[in-house]
Amino acid sequence: MTSPLQRKLKIAGPTAITANRLADGVVVWLTAGGGWSLSIGEATVATTAEEVQRLLAIAQSDENTAVGAYAARVALTPEGHAIPVNLRERIRVGGPTITPAASPARAA
Amino acid sequence: MYVHDAFDRTFLQERVAEFRDQVARRLSGALTEEEFKPLRLMNGVYLQLHAYMLRVCIPYGTLNSTQLKALARVARRYDRGYGHFTTRQNIQFNWIKLAELPDAMAELAEVGIHGIQTSGNCIRNTTTDAFAGAARDEIEDPRLYAEVIRQWSTLHPEFTYLPRKFKIAITAAKHDRAATRVHDVGLRLRQRDGHTGFEVMVGGGLGRTPFIGQTIRDFLPKEDLLSYLEAILRTYNLGGRRDNIYKARVKIQVHEMGPEAFAEKVEAEWQAIRDGALRLDETAISAIADRFVNPDLPPLADHPPELTAALAEPAFARWHANSVAPHKAAGHAIVTLSLKPVGGPPGDCTADQMDAIADLADRYAYGEIRVAHEQNLVFPHVRQKDLPALWKALDAIGVATPNVGLVTDIISCPGLDYCSLANTRSIPIAQKLTERFADDARIADIGRLHVNISGCINACGHHHIGHIGILGVEKKDEEFFQITLGGKGNSKARLGELIGPAIPESEIVDAVERLVETYLELRTSPQETFIAAVERLGIEPFKERAYAPR
Ligand code: HEM
Ligand code: SF4
Repeated sequence: MTSPLQRKLKIAGPTAITANRLADGVVVWLTAGGGWSLSIGEATVATTAEEVQRLLAIAQSDENTAVGAYAARVALTPEGHAIPVNLRERIRVGGPTITPAASPARAA
Repeated sequence: MYVHDAFDRTFLQERVAEFRDQVARRLSGALTEEEFKPLRLMNGVYLQLHAYMLRVCIPYGTLNSTQLKALARVARRYDRGYGHFTTRQNIQFNWIKLAELPDAMAELAEVGIHGIQTSGNCIRNTTTDAFAGAARDEIEDPRLYAEVIRQWSTLHPEFTYLPRKFKIAITAAKHDRAATRVHDVGLRLRQRDGHTGFEVMVGGGLGRTPFIGQTIRDFLPKEDLLSYLEAILRTYNLGGRRDNIYKARVKIQVHEMGPEAFAEKVEAEWQAIRDGALRLDETAISAIADRFVNPDLPPLADHPPELTAALAEPAFARWHANSVAPHKAAGHAIVTLSLKPVGGPPGDCTADQMDAIADLADRYAYGEIRVAHEQNLVFPHVRQKDLPALWKALDAIGVATPNVGLVTDIISCPGLDYCSLANTRSIPIAQKLTERFADDARIADIGRLHVNISGCINACGHHHIGHIGILGVEKKDEEFFQITLGGKGNSKARLGELIGPAIPESEIVDAVERLVETYLELRTSPQETFIAAVERLGIEPFKERAYAPR
């Protein structure tokens, strides 16, 4: 079972905190200011377990904005912005890899 | 169709009002997430990878055209213009906003449908044969008993917090189209000495620890259906493992105790309650039966000239061969609408298609639609003379792919494209397989072959009972797939056997094709189906070829 929701916290490399927005489930990322961004590029990135725990605590104290917060492994661009490393986060960031049955334009 | 009474209608309206209030309190922060989550789950609302998902219950898979139009409206207004029909005869909407859920639910309640009992550790929607009430091989319409079970189980106070979810399936036909042996309880209608009753199976299930259900009673008189089910649920509710979520299903209890010991406990409990309030007398059964409005089928003859003439056309004949099943009334037929177009996600249906299907149901099928557990739709009652016109109309909206029961009629769970528990994607594998096997003549030659795909061990895509089962596993962020062979979900249900190590995503379609080619070479004749060949030969010859270097 690889759902990050069920894994023990083991930090190996850059990690960002992500959750789903309460109102509509849209994927959001915790920013350095303690707010939430729709863009993974604006996520604050931690590399130690202590730092990740601290950010998770901030995220979890804001459950009226975003729910189900967890630590996600990310990679960094040369400029230091987070990008997804695994398929799960790529799909959360980019949407389903399939075109659903002739759906109208995808919402942003 | 079962017609709801005033009690059901009031109940649903009150339930929507209650949920509207809960959502408002959650959005205002008055309810915490921990408090709200169980409440939303009791109404079928999940949080998926990137949105909320609403699972709507379609009791025993029966819809009328008005209800299908309401589903279309919800898909259009509150979602992205489509819905996904599931293996449990339900429909899921993948993109609904929390704040809009109460409105969507209110629209559904208007036509008597809802998401209650589609989630959580309660007795879930009872599923049955999609051909119920129409099949030539059935004893009686099993939906009557599914409705009896619905009325008993809905919000049953004693069984609202079970150790884990509980699924019941019921069939009344010789050919089990409801996969009763892989449900927590499977019921098979039988007749003995002029009496109607049930064979009762318990402890079937797929998931992480799959089991085939064991018969604990050969014949349960129909009057005793509810008291016996209550005795089973009590035995489970008390003895089921609440300490470990992976061991909490009744299948584990039955396996750990042994079916005989489980049956003894059930019988002992049952003796104490069998003559009590749950006994079903004829008046109770006929009161429910009276609320089922079945179409008056006119007396017609089989093989009308319109049909005979159309069968000369190869494309129609091909569709007719796999999508049309015999009806118990002469001159009628059962038609399966394939939701498995080449390249499309299995089970998806657009709002426009739903509307068109509802109109066609009114015109050609007495306004009745069924959801089949293979993620297709069914028109249970169609006049044979209308088949050629219906075929053209279905084809025009993309639901007449002639692949029902064939290799591209794939069952697939949502997988990682939507599901937060997934290891891998599953829909794209199904799409690639349908593209590989896009040739209608080729798949007709391959014949009956069920391919089932799940994106993780929870087995929502029933991979264990696919003739070819595909299970997604993840290794170091890469998608791999295990293949099982020889599973089946009918009355002789058995679990597929793993053929070997998992195969990378890039090779899975080739591997499946090699399995199919091996079958074509080894079958004794085109009459020997894939599953029969696997049963005769074992998995060895297939296994060698699946991994053969190219
Ligand atoms: C997308 C959200 C879904 C989630 C989170 C989900 C979750 C689960 C889980 C956790 C189980 C295992 C339960 C257990 O064994 O105790 C399960 C079983 C099952 N699910 Fe889903 N599921 C989802 C969608 C679906 C869909 C779309 C279908 C139908 C296509 C489906 C059909 C089933 C069935 C038939 C089982 C029973 C397998 C068994 O016998 O144990 N699920 N689901
Ligand atoms: S089988 Fe796994 S991946 Fe597929 S829907 Fe079920 S929980 Fe999700």
